[in-house]
Order: sequence, then C-alpha cells, then structure tokens
Amino acid sequence: MSADRSPVDAVRPGDTEPAPVRFYQVASFAAGNRLLDPEQRTIQADVGRASSLTSGHRACQGCGEALGARYVLDAAMRATGGRMVAVNATGCLEVFSTPYPETAWQAPWLHSLFGNAPAVAAGVAAAFRAKGRDDVRVVGQAGDGGSVDIGLGCLSGMFERNDDVLFICYDNEAYMNTGVQRSGATPPAARTATTEALGQEPGNPFGQGKNMPMIAMAHGISYVATATVADLHDLEAKVVKAMSFRGARYMHVLVPCPLGWGAAPRDMVRLARLAKECGLFPVFEAEHAQITGVSKIRKVAPVEDYLRLQGRYRHLFGSKETGGSPGRPDIVARLQAIADANIAKFGLLDEARSDHVLDDPVDHRSDGGDAVDHRLDSGGARLDESAPERVRRG
Amino acid sequence: MEKPFAITLDPGSSRANHTGSWRVERPVYVDRMPPCNDACAAGENVQQWLYHAEDGSYEAAWRKLMEDNPLPAVMGRVCFHPCETSCNRGMLDEAVGINAVERFLGDQGIENGWRVEAGADALGARVLVVGSGPAGLSAAYHLRRLGHAVAVFEAAALPGGMLRYGIPRYRLPREVLDAEVARIEAMGVEIHLGSRVGDVAEAMRSGGFDAAFVAIGAQLSKNAYVPAGDAIKVLGALALFKSMERDNPPLLGRRVVVYGGGDTAMDAARSARRLGATDAVVVYRRTRDRMPAHSSEVADAIEEGVRMKWLSTLSGEPDGNHGALVVEKMELDDDGFPQPTGETEELEADALVLALGQEADLSLVASVPGVAVRDGALAVDGDMMTGSSGVFAGGDVAAPPAGGRVLADRTVTVAVGHGKRSARAIDAWLRHGSGALLADEAVSERHPVALFENLNTWYYADAPRSEQPRLDLARRQSSFDEVTGGLDASNALFEARRCLSCGNCFECDNCYGVCPDDAVRKLGAGMGYAFDYDYCKGCGVCAAECPCGAIVMEPEVI
Repeated sequence: MSADRSPVDAVRPGDTEPAPVRFYQVASFAAGNRLLDPEQRTIQADVGRASSLTSGHRACQGCGEALGARYVLDAAMRATGGRMVAVNATGCLEVFSTPYPETAWQAPWLHSLFGNAPAVAAGVAAAFRAKGRDDVRVVGQAGDGGSVDIGLGCLSGMFERNDDVLFICYDNEAYMNTGVQRSGATPPAARTATTEALGQEPGNPFGQGKNMPMIAMAHGISYVATATVADLHDLEAKVVKAMSFRGARYMHVLVPCPLGWGAAPRDMVRLARLAKECGLFPVFEAEHAQITGVSKIRKVAPVEDYLRLQGRYRHLFGSKETGGSPGRPDIVARLQAIADANIAKFGLLDEARSDHVLDDPVDHRSDGGDAVDHRLDSGGARLDESAPERVRRG
Repeated sequence: MEKPFAITLDPGSSRANHTGSWRVERPVYVDRMPPCNDACAAGENVQQWLYHAEDGSYEAAWRKLMEDNPLPAVMGRVCFHPCETSCNRGMLDEAVGINAVERFLGDQGIENGWRVEAGADALGARVLVVGSGPAGLSAAYHLRRLGHAVAVFEAAALPGGMLRYGIPRYRLPREVLDAEVARIEAMGVEIHLGSRVGDVAEAMRSGGFDAAFVAIGAQLSKNAYVPAGDAIKVLGALALFKSMERDNPPLLGRRVVVYGGGDTAMDAARSARRLGATDAVVVYRRTRDRMPAHSSEVADAIEEGVRMKWLSTLSGEPDGNHGALVVEKMELDDDGFPQPTGETEELEADALVLALGQEADLSLVASVPGVAVRDGALAVDGDMMTGSSGVFAGGDVAAPPAGGRVLADRTVTVAVGHGKRSARAIDAWLRHGSGALLADEAVSERHPVALFENLNTWYYADAPRSEQPRLDLARRQSSFDEVTGGLDASNALFEARRCLSCGNCFECDNCYGVCPDDAVRKLGAGMGYAFDYDYCKGCGVCAAECPCGAIVMEPEVI
C-alpha cells in the first residue's frame, strides 16, 4: 500500500473529455516512469534528490542498509525542504560511512554512542526548540542492535516523552558490523556467529526476540510503520507521512545484509521483496496504536523461496554440503506457520485483487485492534503449547 | 589551519575513495532484440512504435510504423501476427494486442490524412514494378521514399492483388485498402491498371526502366480432377473471390463443398455462408491440428456454421447424376500421412470450390536470360534478385534461398517484407551494383533476442488484454461487414502500455534508484543512464532489478 497515491489517469492530447486509463504500462512498480508527472514519480527518480548517502562509502557490495538509508533520508530531506538533522547510532551504517576523516553524508549528521542515539536525537530536537527553530526536524537512525537491544531504553524514553523525532531502525537482523552476532531482531533458526547451526534446535532459538514495531505501537505514539527496500513507493510515502506528524514516530525498515545472511549481493532487493511476499515481514502502518493500513501480498511465495537464497538457513535444507542429510523440513514448516499466522493476523492476502499499489490504502482498523490486543495480552511471554508459533515480527 | 586536539587531518568526502576498485564484474547497458521485432516478417520495429503509442503520440507511432510497412491499416486486419505469438507478455498474462494497436494506428493515419513524403531523386532511375499486391505496393512505396521513380503495372481492373482478390471484405473492407493504396499513389507512384505485362524484358526496354521488380503473386488456382456430375458447379477459390468483387455476386446454391484445408478454404467457406449457402462443408484429408489454416480462422468458420469433414477426400464416381460427391474416409499412418480407407459416403452439393493452393504464372520472364525457377517460383538470392541482373522478385512469386534470413511463407506480411527488402536491394544495386545489401548485413551483427528469463516481471502490473469487439453472428452469416472491430483510443493506449519493452531501456529509473552506492548517473529524458565505474562495486542489484533485462554483468578484465 502506498499511502496517498491515487490511480493515475492518462489523457490523450486533444481529448476534450479525457478517457481515464489505469496506468499500467512498463513497470508501474519501478522507481520512475516517463509517463508519470514528475511529482508522481519517486523521489529517488529525481536527479535533484539529496543523495544523502553518496558514493565512496565502504559498505559491502549490495548493502541493503546503505540503500535504505539513502531512500529514507532523501525522502526526509525532501519532506523538510532540506532542514533536517540525522543522529546516527554506532553500527555498520556509521562505520562504513564515516571512516576518519571522510564522510559520505550529504546532510547534517551526528554520530552518537551505540545505545544513546534516541536520547541524543531528543536532545537535538530540544535544542532546536530552545532556539525557537521549529522548522528543523530530527531523524534518529540505528541498526537493529542499536534500536532493539542496546538502545531500547533510550528509545522507549524518547517515545514516552513524545520527543519530536522520527526514529528509523534499519533492520538487518543481527550485529553485522562486529561479525554477525545474534540480536533481538534475529529470526528463529537463523545461523549467526553466536547461534551456530548445531544440535536439535540449530540456529537462533524459536520463541525469543522482540517485535519492535509492536513495542513502539504499544507506546501509543503518533506513527509507526514498517517498510522494506523492495517497495520504494511505499517506503517514501511512509517517510513523507511520518514527517507530517509532530512528536515521536518510528519506522522499521527491513534491509537485507548479503554478508550476514549468506546471500548473493545481487539478490538484496529480491530478498526484501520475498520477505514481504512470503509473510515473514508484514508491511503495515499504524497511528496511535491502531493499524491503519497493510501492504497486501501481490504474489504469495512459500517461505522456502526466501530461505533457500540465504546461507544462514542452509542447515534447513538437504544438500551435499550438509553431508546428504535430509535437512529440517520440520523447522521450515514452523517458519511457514509463522508466516501464515502473520498473513492471517494482518490480513495480508487480498483474494479479490492482485494489484494494490496504485489504489488507496485499505482500512484495516479491526485487524489493527487484534494485533495490538494480542501484543498487550501476551505481553511478550511465551505462548502456551496450543497457540500457534510465536510471531515475533509484527 | 588550527586543528582541535588529536585531530590531524582535514575533513573530506568519501568520494575520494574510489570503491570501483573492489569490482570483479561490471554492469553494462545492452540492447536486445525484442521478440516481436524478431518475429515480424515485415521487419517492423514493433517495440519502438508501441513506445510512441504509449504516451498517446499516435502520429509519431504511425510514422515509425510507416518506416517499414506502408499498409498498417491493412496489416492490422490481415496479418497473422507472429509478433504476438512470440510476445514475452504471453508468459505473464496474455500477449500484447500488437495487431490491434497497429490497426488503430493505421485507421488513425487514414482518418487524419497523414502522409509520407517521397525522397529526393538522386539518380534519375526508373523502376518497373509488376503487380500491385502487397509486395509490389511495398516495394513501390519504399522505392519512392528512396527517391526513385516507380511505375506499377497491374493486370486487374483495381489495385491490391491478393489483398483485393484473395481476402474477402469481411476481413478487409475495401475502403481501407483503397485509402492506403491512394496514399502510396499520392507519393508519385504511377499505377497502370488493366495493364498486363507479358514480357518483362520488353516492358523494361520500351518503358526505359533501369530495374524491375516482379511481384505478380500466385494467381493460378491449383486444379484437381474431381469426378462431379454436371449438376455441380465447380470453380476455383480465386475465381469465386474475383467474382465477389463484381456487382453481381456469384450464385453457388444452398449446398457448397470446399475442398482444401488452408486459409483460402476457410475464406471460401465463410464467403459461401454469406452468399446464402445454408450448408457449407470443408473437406480436408487430414486432421484439424494438421490443417495449414490458422486455428483462429478455423474457429471463426466453425462459429459461423461451416461444417468440417476432417480425414476426408473426394474420390470415385457418384451414383447417377444427381449432384453428389463421393467422400472417402482417410486415416493417418504412422508418419502422419493420410491413407485411404475405402470407406465412402455421398455428399450432396450444388457447388464445389477448389481451394488447393495457387501457382505462379511465370511466362512473363520466359524470355529473360538467367532467370531460374525453383519449386514453381522465381529463384532469388538474399537480395531478392533473380538470376538476371537488375530483375528482382518478391511476394508469392519469389522463392528466396532456403534456410536464409528471408522468409518464404506466402502471407501478406512476408510479401510486405519482401517489398521493403527488394526496394533497399534495388536502391543499392542502382547505386553500387549487385550484392551491396548482403555485404552490409554480413558486417552488422544482430542483437541477441530478449528472453522472458532476462526480465524481472515483478515491476509490471497485472493487466489483462483488451478484447476487440466482434460482429454478432447473425450478421456474420449474412453480410460481408467487417467481423472484427477496432480498439478505441482509451483501450489502444492501454494495450500499447502493456508492452514490457523487452531488452531495451525505457527509462524507468529503477537502476538509478536501487544502486546502494549511488553510482548510476541519470542523463536526462531520452538519454538513459551511465554507470560511474569509479564507485560501482559491481554488486549486480541494478541488473537483477532491471525490469526489461537491459543490463548485463560482465567480468572485469584485469
């Protein structure tokens, strides 16, 4: 669902009564299109984009976080007319962009400690307020480690004080910078350096970890959204929408890490797309703890399509490398059950329509209520045996 | 500059760091041959004219189309569109309705009176074109565009050849044909009607022509002896079509049998229905899937009430003389050939139409030295030239080299393609002598065809094909009104926009968007993009996410 985007009419020159034609042609889902008015194309399609994160940075080939950060900050720069300050926690994004004395940032940018970026961002916002500058907006950003684990206390405080900051979590599902250690956002069964693919329950254990978007929603802040680097229209629309609110806001952006996930760099965007299309990463937005819209799955995919592209799940599949073992279809089935539960809970399938992007967002208030209730009731505790597999991600 | 404590270096941009040195593969923009263009026997640049049509620039689209095909309104009706058969969109939902858009553009051209200018005369050469069918018209048009004076000699009373005397008007209304012929005439092509050329060499001499293009088609219906009583009227399919172009339609009677299994047989049977036959039966000796007729034609005929007798042949003497034919059942042997079974039945008939194929009358080149005949047609080389220097041939009368690039099917589209190719070859021959065109082609390499696997179809929205309206069945059985209607402006635009632009960049900005290293430069509308190899790390995301397969990764050479 891309918010605030309406069907596009094509008008024939010379027509007195324009015949509305649903815009379909060549790549409706691509970044730009010559047939669209410039203001209807993505910000990334514009040569005037800020390119907030420019070339020469030292991220790995096919880095999802580098792409996600440029997408998000370019949209925020556009939404604020360039009056924006970014506060960045320690992590990959900071390390690869600013090795002394170089910087890849083409926007005002501050580096904080690993755990205190939300607090520093809140401070920057307070400083502008003290100076009477309400035109300059603040974006805080961190990886999943800095948001979900180390920075969670500061982030929760920022939410509960309702500081005027949009905080972005670039989720690549582990501590990648230090060598792929497990974080609170690492999905079940994934191999990391600290959750080896050994034993009866190889990889990250089921039933652990945190659902950060739901935690953010539970604070009742004005806006919470998830997005991926695979749907640029949706991501930009959400950033622009987030900047239309004052107070604390949160976005959780899935950014595949080819290195940490053991995937081919060229598959980075494809992985983000499959994570959403298989149901493991629900893409939705919420206002004041109510879900207001979900991105429908366009071409539903089995989780296996997503998992097989990644070395961190290799132990789930039989191959020569695993000594001819049959793999772990039982674990794949448990992951599929998580995806299916997400699909049911968020209403991710739309039987009637396969195209959603150019239509108005669908109201899913009732689903939203369920989702919030579920989070509050279960309170993060392990569910009993009869309940479906715990859904950690949204 | 005074620096703070422990700071020794000035700040700088990451752009000092040329990460392109990490790369082991580099992305490269490529153009691939779209499958539609590749399949078009007339050599149209289908994708390019669809590109213009997509933004409603119909005149630009029509002009692009007219660079290859002077008869878009005709071809938009009668072409069997191999472009659509090969369209990659067919593997996604349904093929783009290329033929319908072509017809829409052709009709727009007629409606708006768009014209094509003749080229400036460079040589003062005169070319004789014998026959005003699709091949002759195409050659005359392209020769005029190249600046040569052209005179077309047509034996019949009206121009068009098989377009007029081989295709019934319910598929091709005559006013469409007349309009497109008139447009070619308006470019300065002389068309001499009712002027049969009996001897090409003599006509060239007396008319002062420097080159000739023979495009007389295959006008003789093949005959077969069929024992039929005097009560049955026997005629060839072409004679039937010819008589339908006169004021008084032929009288066939109520029961009409058509013998043959090609498109001509289907047209004959469908015409018979329209002429009042209550029973039109096609007798063909093999099965439906082995019929040479296009399946859509067979389906249309059946829809209109034409009966089919597959695995049947006409043989033997009927009992008595009461207007009946003897039909013998056939069966296919292991090699797929029909073999008689000896089992027969009688089929009552008032008329029998023979649609067994056509042959060319080659007497007009009998006195031209060097002209060779292959399979009953004029043997030509890849330049469409016969064995006699300066005498070219195309369309149904020509037999191009087997297995070469020039198609030999006897269709309107192939004929139009022959006409274009011949015009280019004649131009080259007039300027440089023989073999010029082939020499050119040996140098120019064709792009590889864009395959479905090259595309990333995620980025295309689902969009089912627009259907063309069809005349209701009652009127299809009683009148010669056109069966298939055209698209209107809104669904023609929609249909054009379903094009995937296989293998050629259409500036969707995706590569510019998805590069994590901000290493793609956008050069502006119509100019595409360029990679900044100073910073491109070679991750390949741009190539993977290019919707149309216009980026390839090539190994970096060290």
